[in-house]
Amino acid sequence: MSANRSLDDRVLSIRDLNISFDTASGTVHAIRGVRMDLFRGETIAVVGESGSGKSVTVKTIMGILANNGHIDSGSINYTFINEKGEKETVDMTKLSQKEIRYRFCGKHIAMVFQDPMTSLDPTMTVGKQIMEGMILHLNLSRSEAKKRAIDLLARVGIENPEKRFNEYPHQLSGGMRQRVVIAIALACEPDILICDEPTTALDVTIQAKILELIKEIQAESHFAVIYITHDLGVVAKVADYVDVMYAGRIIEKGDIDEIFYDPRHPYTWGLLASMPDTDTDSTRLFAIPGTPPNLLEKITGDAFAPRNPFAMKIDYMAEPPMFDVGGKHRVASWLCDPRAPKVEMPDQLKDRMEKMRKEGILE
Amino acid sequence: MNIDKTKEPLLHVEGLKQHFRTSSRYVTKAVDGISFDIWAGETYGLVGESGSGKSTTGRAIIRLYDPTAGKIIFDGHDISGKMAKEDEKYLRTNMQMIFQDPMACLNPRKKVKEIIAQGLEIHRLYTDQADLDQKVNAIIEKVGLSPEHATRYPHQFSGGQRQRIGIARALVMNPRLVIADEAISALDVSIQAQVVNLMKDLQDELGTTYLFIAHDLSMVKYISDRIGVMHLGHIVETGTTDEIFENPVHPYTRSLLSAIPRPNPRVEKKRIALEYNKEKEGVDYTQGHLHQLTDTHAVLATDGEFKVWSKEHSY
Repeated sequence: MSANRSLDDRVLSIRDLNISFDTASGTVHAIRGVRMDLFRGETIAVVGESGSGKSVTVKTIMGILANNGHIDSGSINYTFINEKGEKETVDMTKLSQKEIRYRFCGKHIAMVFQDPMTSLDPTMTVGKQIMEGMILHLNLSRSEAKKRAIDLLARVGIENPEKRFNEYPHQLSGGMRQRVVIAIALACEPDILICDEPTTALDVTIQAKILELIKEIQAESHFAVIYITHDLGVVAKVADYVDVMYAGRIIEKGDIDEIFYDPRHPYTWGLLASMPDTDTDSTRLFAIPGTPPNLLEKITGDAFAPRNPFAMKIDYMAEPPMFDVGGKHRVASWLCDPRAPKVEMPDQLKDRMEKMRKEGILE
Repeated sequence: MNIDKTKEPLLHVEGLKQHFRTSSRYVTKAVDGISFDIWAGETYGLVGESGSGKSTTGRAIIRLYDPTAGKIIFDGHDISGKMAKEDEKYLRTNMQMIFQDPMACLNPRKKVKEIIAQGLEIHRLYTDQADLDQKVNAIIEKVGLSPEHATRYPHQFSGGQRQRIGIARALVMNPRLVIADEAISALDVSIQAQVVNLMKDLQDELGTTYLFIAHDLSMVKYISDRIGVMHLGHIVETGTTDEIFENPVHPYTRSLLSAIPRPNPRVEKKRIALEYNKEKEGVDYTQGHLHQLTDTHAVLATDGEFKVWSKEHSY
């Protein structure tokens, strides 16, 4: 992670993205003005509850948005080195989904999904599935592709890769399957790797290993990674930057230290405080009251206001802009307006922050 | 909470085995001889990775399966093997289950009040229609839903609300024991906290006993009084929550604990999870027996293993 991100290294820049879905019960505004930048070699984690729009954002990048979804406005600029070796920038919102999938999916942008059993083809050997992309995108011969596939299997930590090459997904354990999925994603050396809850379906003991593996390979190959997750433990382990999403908006963003040690948005407070902590003696968990808003209805003001104990009158009237609170830290909450009263985070969280800072220094 | 351990346990499980014949030559030993007790009013957490047999244990106890062997005594009623009619009736009314996926376990074609009332209707646990309505409405309010929710269908709710319906359906029977099988794993983090707090509040109010089955040790810590760690069909370690978290003895327990992600980036980035491989270390669960460390803390090991493992500890 470099402190100064140079514009030359920018691979992806999303501006004012708005996406809605037509459903039987009306239009759902799933994404409302998302802005995001991604630079070579860094890791961004997008955090949020289900329905906050984190998956929709990345699906648009991959060109796999559901048929009833459409991009209302905004741009997704992707910069890459094209076949002639020149730098090229395209606005993906202007391309058809088919074109994105044909030109970029698998080759420049790859994705690891949550459940390895549903993303692998049960009727095809593991080796064949890894070779598929290489033969299609890189025009490799079968023997070359096979050699590289076996190398990849070894690289993702699968013992006895020659033997595993000829096996089917059901013959592998859950952790090994996810390793195979990662091998497939890395087969064409992508610029961006998107991981959508890559460890949720796995056991805790294997989770850490998969995350460490992705990190290792990233350090060797310098691609950018976007993590989609609701698990702050995962975020703490892998991310350089964090975007917190709520009801289709990014409500707080910053680097990992800013978000974990100096959070400003009440929703981020709630998320951090509701993480179970194995070190406390307290027997009660902090819970954010209420449920996320229904995006079928038009939201006036701050979408989080009804669940926010610190909500002010303005929260119900106008949507807060992104306030710059120093560094790379941006917060969409009226509480960060200079005219707002000063509020303190919940005591429980304050204690934990204090302890976390101490731990962080000690280790 | 005061748990009177001098009394008979509410649930006594002894040598429970649940085998499945998967082919003519192979038998899956999902649960292979486990014993534990749960006292009235406490929460016993059963943790382990997928495939460890923790869910099978829960389902065998509530008799969704027919156990291969073992004894299950529930509040003085023997509910293993062929049950007497009144034992079965006692089991079906006094032991309830909350399932993992609230959408899959609620009948999509019934209204919430019908779903909740179903158990009462089957067992005729009400005097008249007014009594039934009153019981259903009371429980709906207790789990944090509003009365107008009673006439809606499950698909009209969010995940967290659906799980509240599942809890209401279990608690309306006024059960002695509730088996919660991964009841919170399918929910979002902020909603998980709500549901765990709700279950704790209801326990304080009603004195229900929980068997809480989960793979997430950090959540189990918040709700359990005692924990049993399962691996490949055996309980490898059992103890109070503090004993398990502060003084784990079995290498599997220690690897599970070390794998819990910590929401602290500076610590988490350096954390290295301990590895445990049963084959590599040559551990055979069938050879071991339970070694008591304290009255409540026990670990499954052979004498040799026990010597090595307990040496690194403060007892």
